[in-house]
Amino acid sequence: MRKRINNRAWLMVLPVLFLVAMSAVIPLMTVVNYSVQDIFDDNNRVYVGLEWFIQIIRDPELHAALWRQILFSANVLAIEIPLGILIAKAMPRRGSVATGLLIFFAIPLLIPWNVVGTIWQIFARPDIGMAGMSLTSLGLDYNYTANPVDAWFTLVAMDVWHWTSLVVLLVFSGLRAIPEAYYEAAQIDGANRWQMFRHIELPRLKTVLGIAVLLRLMDSLMIYTEPFVLTGGGPGNSTTFLSQYLTRMAVGQFDLGPAAAFSLVYFIMILTLCWLFYSLISPAEEQTER
Amino acid sequence: MSWMAWTPVTAIFFTAIILAVIVMTLWELKSPTVLRKGLLWFATTRGDRFFMCLLGSAIIHILWIATTDIEPAVATLVCLISAVLVMRYA
Repeated sequence: MRKRINNRAWLMVLPVLFLVAMSAVIPLMTVVNYSVQDIFDDNNRVYVGLEWFIQIIRDPELHAALWRQILFSANVLAIEIPLGILIAKAMPRRGSVATGLLIFFAIPLLIPWNVVGTIWQIFARPDIGMAGMSLTSLGLDYNYTANPVDAWFTLVAMDVWHWTSLVVLLVFSGLRAIPEAYYEAAQIDGANRWQMFRHIELPRLKTVLGIAVLLRLMDSLMIYTEPFVLTGGGPGNSTTFLSQYLTRMAVGQFDLGPAAAFSLVYFIMILTLCWLFYSLISPAEEQTER
Repeated sequence: MSWMAWTPVTAIFFTAIILAVIVMTLWELKSPTVLRKGLLWFATTRGDRFFMCLLGSAIIHILWIATTDIEPAVATLVCLISAVLVMRYA
């Protein structure tokens, strides 16, 4: 029987194409247009070429924000991934306790980002917050609004609290997918718990861990709301990350040209990192599928 | 369209990209791509290599501006050469 080609299927794709064009492509084109002009108002703009890009890329404040961003992402990844694995490993695989724990771990993921910032803003206050008061009562001179180290500690703790659950849920689903026969065979061979983790679980978790790292990397690179609510980028500029710096430039100072150039550089940076990471984990995925 | 603040340079830039995508689509229809492994550690399609060319060009221009005062047009030339190499050997 001859297969009939129905080109009307392409019509079904049109709504999606329209949505993507309106929400991503056209705004991105506009940002590119803004990035090469000095815009005063609708009818008054001057073409400046690559001037904003040169200014932005050589800006020492942006370099500082970039280093802070890299440090923050490295910190949260270094804590959340191993902690997520540990928690998922410690959880029972089946039964009502496992279900209850899954619901419990899903709760932080359901809380809006600005609410997370507000919760921690109160929680960490040294005068009325439970965490802040506890640390102060231990004799520590803790004040996240005045001390950059305390601000960083609070921010990282908040992110770990908010997002480790995602890693736990992903790793747990990966562990559940490993057949019992693997463990039984390992037990017969006399493997200890570390050997089972190293040679059975870790290879089978490669893909799921890759996705967890990718999601957390992307998200931590774009973090804005929580630090904005918690520290406002301070004390000084100590917790000003790239997105906050960008917002200050675009909305605070209304420097649309430099902000557009910065947005593009920021976008290319995240896109490159994610693409590199994706291409690194893809072969592992293919090997698993085979 | 005035709200998009078009300039002749950005219009040419996007027209070139859209034309390239159209050419890639026609090429794909005429001769469907084959997944192949070149110098990179993973297999790529023609579309992957095209994406790498675009992304690589953006990175080369950013690094060029960040590190040197030489005319960015030279960077564009470097990008064209690297694009040919990526399409052929990646």
